[in-house]
Amino acid sequence: MTATAEFTAAPPLSGPSAIAAFERDFALNRRRARVNWAIGAVLFFVVFLLTAWIGDFFKVTQVTLRDGSREWRWIIGAGLPRLGEFITKTFPVLRWDSLGADLAEWFWRWQTWLRLLVETILIAFMATVFGVIGGFLMSFPASRNLSPNRYVLWISRRFLEIARTVPELVWALIFVFCFSVGPMAGVMAVGLHACGALGKLYSEVNENIDMRPLEGVKAAGGTWFDQIRYAVVPQVLPNIISYTLLRLEINVRSSSIIGYVGAGGLGQEIRTAMSFQEYTDLSALFLIILVTVVIIDFGSEKLRHRIIGLGERDA
Amino acid sequence: MTPEQIAAAKAAYPTAFRAPLSLRLRRYALWAGFTALFCYCLWAFDFSPMRIWTGILRFGDVLGFMFPPYIWKSWAEFLPILEGLGETLAMAFLGTLIGAVFAFPLSFLGAKNITRFWPLRMGVRRGYDVIRAFETLVLALIFIRAFGLGPLAGILAIAVSEIGTFAKLFSEAIENTSEKPVEGIKASGGARLQQIRFAVMPQVMPVIWSILLYNFESNVRSGTILGIVGAGGIGFLLSDRISAYKWDEAWSIIFLIIAMVYVIDYLSGLIRARIIGLNEGAAK
Repeated sequence: MTATAEFTAAPPLSGPSAIAAFERDFALNRRRARVNWAIGAVLFFVVFLLTAWIGDFFKVTQVTLRDGSREWRWIIGAGLPRLGEFITKTFPVLRWDSLGADLAEWFWRWQTWLRLLVETILIAFMATVFGVIGGFLMSFPASRNLSPNRYVLWISRRFLEIARTVPELVWALIFVFCFSVGPMAGVMAVGLHACGALGKLYSEVNENIDMRPLEGVKAAGGTWFDQIRYAVVPQVLPNIISYTLLRLEINVRSSSIIGYVGAGGLGQEIRTAMSFQEYTDLSALFLIILVTVVIIDFGSEKLRHRIIGLGERDA
Repeated sequence: MTPEQIAAAKAAYPTAFRAPLSLRLRRYALWAGFTALFCYCLWAFDFSPMRIWTGILRFGDVLGFMFPPYIWKSWAEFLPILEGLGETLAMAFLGTLIGAVFAFPLSFLGAKNITRFWPLRMGVRRGYDVIRAFETLVLALIFIRAFGLGPLAGILAIAVSEIGTFAKLFSEAIENTSEKPVEGIKASGGARLQQIRFAVMPQVMPVIWSILLYNFESNVRSGTILGIVGAGGIGFLLSDRISAYKWDEAWSIIFLIIAMVYVIDYLSGLIRARIIGLNEGAAK
């Protein structure tokens, strides 16, 4: 590029023209791009093979055939028919002339499931409340422009990172030990994880605010808490509400799972259905969770749009 | 400002000082409902002070095992941990890759500016939603039944749940592209496929790379839980140590996971900056 510029600025009287220089640079760039691409492709292929090997893609395993004999088969080829078999087993038998009875048989535990579904939603609600309180309080010391000092910033950021990097299920395992089996452990686990995730999002919102209102409050003699309350909170509230509703949706999903380790909610039924091989129960539970998640997604989207709309009208 | 002036202003603009009664009532009702629900939950979930106190004491005990940190003394002990971490990384990588490979063509079917036939588009989009509704953990349970315990089940679980997510995100990225390059290609006689290849693809590729990196990071995080149900990775070792009450070792594994996530975040931050930088360079 520099060579081209030189040539254009002072065209040589003899020798290569600007066009020839361009051609040469173009060929050079082109070759470099091709070499880079080739190196990238080879690296990618090596990583792919390595991970595929670690991930058992090439494993040959013993499978039992229908007639009872055992044979060595490639794991994916052996597994796919079993997967199909499993999925077809979960479909309930629904006949048109006895639809009511078939549905009743499909949802035979509907009373338990309904109770656990309510419990799941309440766990998500409580976890969101605790997550919002924790995340909101932690977000101010964890944002770079508001933190009172460097050490508070460092500690609160590390706390939020640990809280959100450890998955809910691991927190649930720990809290089931501490608070015994039941929805309380689930609330704690999902709440702590939500606190970490929300605290990060909130602190990012805090870092993008206009700092002038803060100076105004400070000039009028406000303390750190006054500055946060009267200058920061009004600016960040619409975003916080929006993130909170999104988190509620995520929490409903995760609280339907944590029952798997005994922390309340529908997850324990999934585990029971799996271990008792009640295949049609699995599809019923999946349908229940799907409908709930869709309804909550839809409702919170409507609410979010309304709140954002309201915020814009106020502004 | 005198009190009279303030009173006059209050009389002239009552809504500036106080919300109208109906709004206030609605607000009180909302807060009352919220508090009632909260208290009901506290009661129903048995948040008794006694239980909270014993729980906190026990959690304090558990936290106490963090210091001094457990250090593996021999390679024989440490190697399985490293293998588990590597397996988690491999699962996240392959799961993201397979998910992206399947989601890429699907995403074009769900983008408004590519698929003009709306019943097909809406059908495909609902399909993404159904796939996304499957929790990764439930998928892992299903795949374990088919492929046995091990990382393969985890990879497929991540891949399937990522198909829905990626297809949705990619199709949104495709919808956000500018129509002008497409018109340019059309004007110079390009067919529909050429329009997509030379006008849409260069616009969406940086976005897709950034989505891929971000989801790879989040899959490294969520990949750790798949081991709890037996789908490979570090989660198995972690849940094993927790159920054996070896808290010191469990905390050390947790810190290793956090360190790994840190490194991945840092590296993908570097790659993302490079991709965005390259893209800006190309735009100039």
